[in-house]
Amino acid sequence: MTPPSVDQVWEWLETIPDPEIPVITLVDLGIIRDVAFHGETCVVSVTPTYSGCPATSMINMDIETCLRDHGLDRIELKQQLSPAWTTDWMSDKARAALEEYGIAPPQPAGGPTRCPHCGGTHLEKLSQFGSTPCKAQWRCKDCLEPFEYFKCI
Amino acid sequence: MTVDKNLLLQFLLRQGDNTLILGHRVSEWCGHSPVLEEDIALANTALDLIGQTQMWLGYAAEVQGEGKTADDLAFLRDAWDFRNVLLTELPNGDFGQTLMRQFLFDAFQSVLMGRLMSSSDETVAAIAAKTSKEVAYHVERSADTVVGLGDGTEESHARMQAALDFLWPYVGEMFESDETDAAMAAAGIAPDPASLRAEYDALVARVLAEATLTLPEGRYAHKGGRTGRMHTEHLGHLLAQMQWLQRAYPGCEW
Repeated sequence: MTPPSVDQVWEWLETIPDPEIPVITLVDLGIIRDVAFHGETCVVSVTPTYSGCPATSMINMDIETCLRDHGLDRIELKQQLSPAWTTDWMSDKARAALEEYGIAPPQPAGGPTRCPHCGGTHLEKLSQFGSTPCKAQWRCKDCLEPFEYFKCI
Repeated sequence: MTVDKNLLLQFLLRQGDNTLILGHRVSEWCGHSPVLEEDIALANTALDLIGQTQMWLGYAAEVQGEGKTADDLAFLRDAWDFRNVLLTELPNGDFGQTLMRQFLFDAFQSVLMGRLMSSSDETVAAIAAKTSKEVAYHVERSADTVVGLGDGTEESHARMQAALDFLWPYVGEMFESDETDAAMAAAGIAPDPASLRAEYDALVARVLAEATLTLPEGRYAHKGGRTGRMHTEHLGHLLAQMQWLQRAYPGCEW
């Protein structure tokens, strides 16, 4: 078969949801750093969000499954450590999707700007850590609901 | 400048064993913390430490060049092969002692990783850059908790002071220098640990003052972990639990 173009591979990858936060895709998250063909092998470079994130192996499996489903059989996944992943690479589309989903998107100021449920701005931090390494727990003092905040790193 | 492969391996084992052993210790809290948020926070901290271990020991295995993996180094070495500082293998004690140990270690990591980001070894620099982002969160949380408990109730204050008095003699080992450190410093791979002490002391003094805790005067340091000369009796027990599955069922996979 004729190998697909790099752009085509990116299009396929753009359909893969994050295993923990399915409203955003791996491409939105900014963790797929490069796609290239080395001969007939499709090399995808992926950078981990947090070094111990248990979703990493699931993410690799999802990428491989997706590409195999599109007929690629020579696939190499490369872990790329540097430059280290930053939430700056997250797309605006992903930020909006996170908030819609109930997770406050990362902010350079180091904390959420408003409650993703009611838009309230009287917020307090409950814990530096949440249900995944990338999130912290906050609470809105206006609607009294707890919510998760995607940490800015 | 090229560096002796065995010395670089020693340096990498020291990094990876620190995070592995402390990561395992912290994971022992899973399901036992005083409140749910703290349980989640400790589990997340342990997870980060184990993740960092995969990077350090993964690179160590590569440098070693014997076809081993990070898992082989973690699960198939014995106590005398480990190069972690004694501080990381000490039992958890109460919640306050765990968080005091975490703070004393996080403070060291925050200073060291900042320097390692400009290491002449690209892989070391990349691991440090990744790690430092996580360490920033760890030290912020452990420092806040030390302040909260130290400057808390009479009971929590007394426990935190006791934890500090017990753990302080294990701090000095982190700043010990030997021929491995000299070689790393000469090659621009890592700073001489002794050169980090002033910055560390300033950071620790600031937090402990806010926590209304008194820094012990003595500078006596229990040593032997990072050289592997003599670990505490606790390491063997920890390894027995951590390595049991791989030892009983060699090659077993998840």
